[in-house]
Amino acid sequence: MAAESNFLLQSTVFLAAAVICVPIAKRLGLGSVLGYLIAGMLIGPFVIGFIGEEGEDIMHFAEFGVVIMLFLVGLELEPEKLWRLRKQILGVGMSQVLITATAIFGVGLLLGLIWQSALAVALALALSSTAIVLQTLNEKGLMRSEGGQNSFSVLLFQDIAVIPILAILPLLAVREVSNASETLISDLPMGLQTLAVFLAVAIVILVGRFLVVPTLRMIARSRVRELFMGMALLIVVSIAYLMQLVGLSAALGTFLAGVILANSEYRHELEADLEPIKGLLLGLFFIAVGASIDFKLIADSPILIASLTFALLVIKFVILFVIGKVFKLSVSQNFTFAFALAQAGEFGFVIFSFVRQLGISTNETLSIGTAIVALSMTITPLLFIINEKLIQPRLCDGSTDDREREMDVVDEHNKVIIAGFGHFGSTIGRFLRANGVEATYIDNDPDQVNLIRKFGFKVYYGDATRPDYLLSAGAANADIFISTLTDPDENYQLVETLNKFYPNLKIMMRAQNRYDAYEFIDMGLEHIYRDSLDTSIRVGVDVLRKLGARAYTARRVGLNFRKADETAMWELAEHRHDSDTYFSEARARIQYQEDLMKRERGEDTELVDHAWDSESLVKGFGAGEN
Amino acid sequence: MHKILVLFAHPRLESSRINTRLIKEIPQQENITFHDLYETYPEFNVDIEFEKSLLKRHEIVIWHHPFYWYSSPPLLKQWIDMVLEYGWAYGAGGEALKDKIIFNAITTGGNEEAYCEQGYNKYSIRQFMQPFEQTANLCLMQYLPPFAVMGTHNMKGEQIDRAALNYGRLLKVLSNGDLDLEKAKSLRYLNEIL
Repeated sequence: MAAESNFLLQSTVFLAAAVICVPIAKRLGLGSVLGYLIAGMLIGPFVIGFIGEEGEDIMHFAEFGVVIMLFLVGLELEPEKLWRLRKQILGVGMSQVLITATAIFGVGLLLGLIWQSALAVALALALSSTAIVLQTLNEKGLMRSEGGQNSFSVLLFQDIAVIPILAILPLLAVREVSNASETLISDLPMGLQTLAVFLAVAIVILVGRFLVVPTLRMIARSRVRELFMGMALLIVVSIAYLMQLVGLSAALGTFLAGVILANSEYRHELEADLEPIKGLLLGLFFIAVGASIDFKLIADSPILIASLTFALLVIKFVILFVIGKVFKLSVSQNFTFAFALAQAGEFGFVIFSFVRQLGISTNETLSIGTAIVALSMTITPLLFIINEKLIQPRLCDGSTDDREREMDVVDEHNKVIIAGFGHFGSTIGRFLRANGVEATYIDNDPDQVNLIRKFGFKVYYGDATRPDYLLSAGAANADIFISTLTDPDENYQLVETLNKFYPNLKIMMRAQNRYDAYEFIDMGLEHIYRDSLDTSIRVGVDVLRKLGARAYTARRVGLNFRKADETAMWELAEHRHDSDTYFSEARARIQYQEDLMKRERGEDTELVDHAWDSESLVKGFGAGEN
Repeated sequence: MHKILVLFAHPRLESSRINTRLIKEIPQQENITFHDLYETYPEFNVDIEFEKSLLKRHEIVIWHHPFYWYSSPPLLKQWIDMVLEYGWAYGAGGEALKDKIIFNAITTGGNEEAYCEQGYNKYSIRQFMQPFEQTANLCLMQYLPPFAVMGTHNMKGEQIDRAALNYGRLLKVLSNGDLDLEKAKSLRYLNEIL
């Protein structure tokens, strides 16, 4: 009972701190990451003291947010695109880790550390913070810029590099320690260990390819909403567990699974389901980082820690900037790249605690190191702000904008979204595609999605009425949203959601009939297309032709009829809530329409279209002539 | 036997006494193609390749239309704009229509006197036809003076019959190859050759 109330109290403190600090930080233009970090510092043991030493446990738990984040990053990255990034990942990533570690190693030696300790610290500090960098890049919309892509490549390489780093640390141990990295396979001989690692990766790939999508399809068909989120979590958790068993990075494993699922029709749905969980866990993680900052230690030797932190940032920044230069980043992108990755990251905490177990470094060194990591992470959002507010405005590098836009297209942020991919939607889709307009298609019928995918359309499974889903389908970047859904209630909900969250999106709405259309007019829609109108008129026009009418006349009559009918619809919409005026208006309208048609046929001499009629011309000209 | 293509453009044939009667007199022969543009393209979506193939297969082309606002109805203009392509009908390598004969067959509400300097239309029919004539010239075609049925406002049954029969006779003469081309070119109206 005590533990439970403790849990509730903790949750209350964490959530309250986040709810208060994050909006304020965002309002001040500091970004959510800094908000969470500040919240953590406030409730941490050194300021208000709401939470004590358990901060570290929370951090381990919250690290799962990073795992989910990597899964989501993977979902955004199709295998072909990852393959295109291979040079960046190996080239930029490896040079960053090696050169930075070497430089910090040198500094460590100069400061009088023994070489084993200096090397361990160097490896810990060379890595950057995936959590902070990716979250901030995403928030600022820089993920697809060149600087963002390179940052991502480096972070990915660092995730891979953690594995050999953790493997070689025991070799640096000054004194004998019992086996520290406890995995299922650590007792096996080296060859079998390697085999197990490859086997685990193969399992992830095969399961992702052949088992996950059919299962998702089955779940989608069952239409039990929460099961989908359950499945999404199951994918992430089980892969994380598998990776842990073989001693690989869980983040790396889920990233791989994400990449494999990036091409599937469930991508947007998975994103929508996991995004809030990821956000919250990451928030928790940042709070924990904030809470872990040891202000007492900093207060004891403020100048030492401040100058070391500053030195770290400068060393990492300079090396990153030079690498960016070598790999031909434009100046403005290079600044983004170097500022983004200049901090040390959460892997630093992991490595330091491992080093403590191994007894490679002194406790003092490790405490200072941990403080530097936390401080540099906290400063990162500020560095982003400096870059954004002070540096970038001075580098009006026009080319960067173009590049960002180009990347956008590749990553399927289409200007047009079509909800509902039945016969109606697919006809629009085929027409647009034939004219070089690519659209994003969403449908909530798993069988239909499956079928259409076979024709080469990228249809995504999902519920278009959910705001979070619309976001991951790219509603924020789209211009036009076409709904071909037939269920009125779904459409009303959709329109409400779109109006609320994406008021600038142009909605083009399929309406079943006149009454359906009235509802949409009431909701303020401007582009309404009645199912029953155009085709019926076309049939009517063809009937007239079969009965002997001239083709062009029949066509004109049809166009006029449609125009009159549309006008009538808009005018009647105003009256429809008052049944008396509605019916009298409607009768008047029908009369008008018939008059119009008569006039076109020339039956009503009073209304005759005078344009090409000789009788009236005779009156005007002919009589005088002869 | 010369092959004749009648490109007929009338947006409201059902209310035209004269043209309904005129097209009845077009001889139903294998070498004469009557092509009703408004019936074929009510949506103005002219099939360029098909039209080009028709042109290729005929030696004589007639733009048959009412004379609206000193010009043709819009679909015929659309036909000219779309079909007579650069590099095919004119310009570099554009010789597909070279030496083919072309003229307008028109109906006008006002009578002949209206189309002169003193008349209320001020200019002659031939002057109004200049855009068509120059279009033909640019396409290296031989442009003939128009066949014109004038004063349709006040035409009575018998006059209409006579005009229609003349049209039929003209088409026969053209079809048989009996036309004196040089003489035809010197006339004000093609009607005079009959």
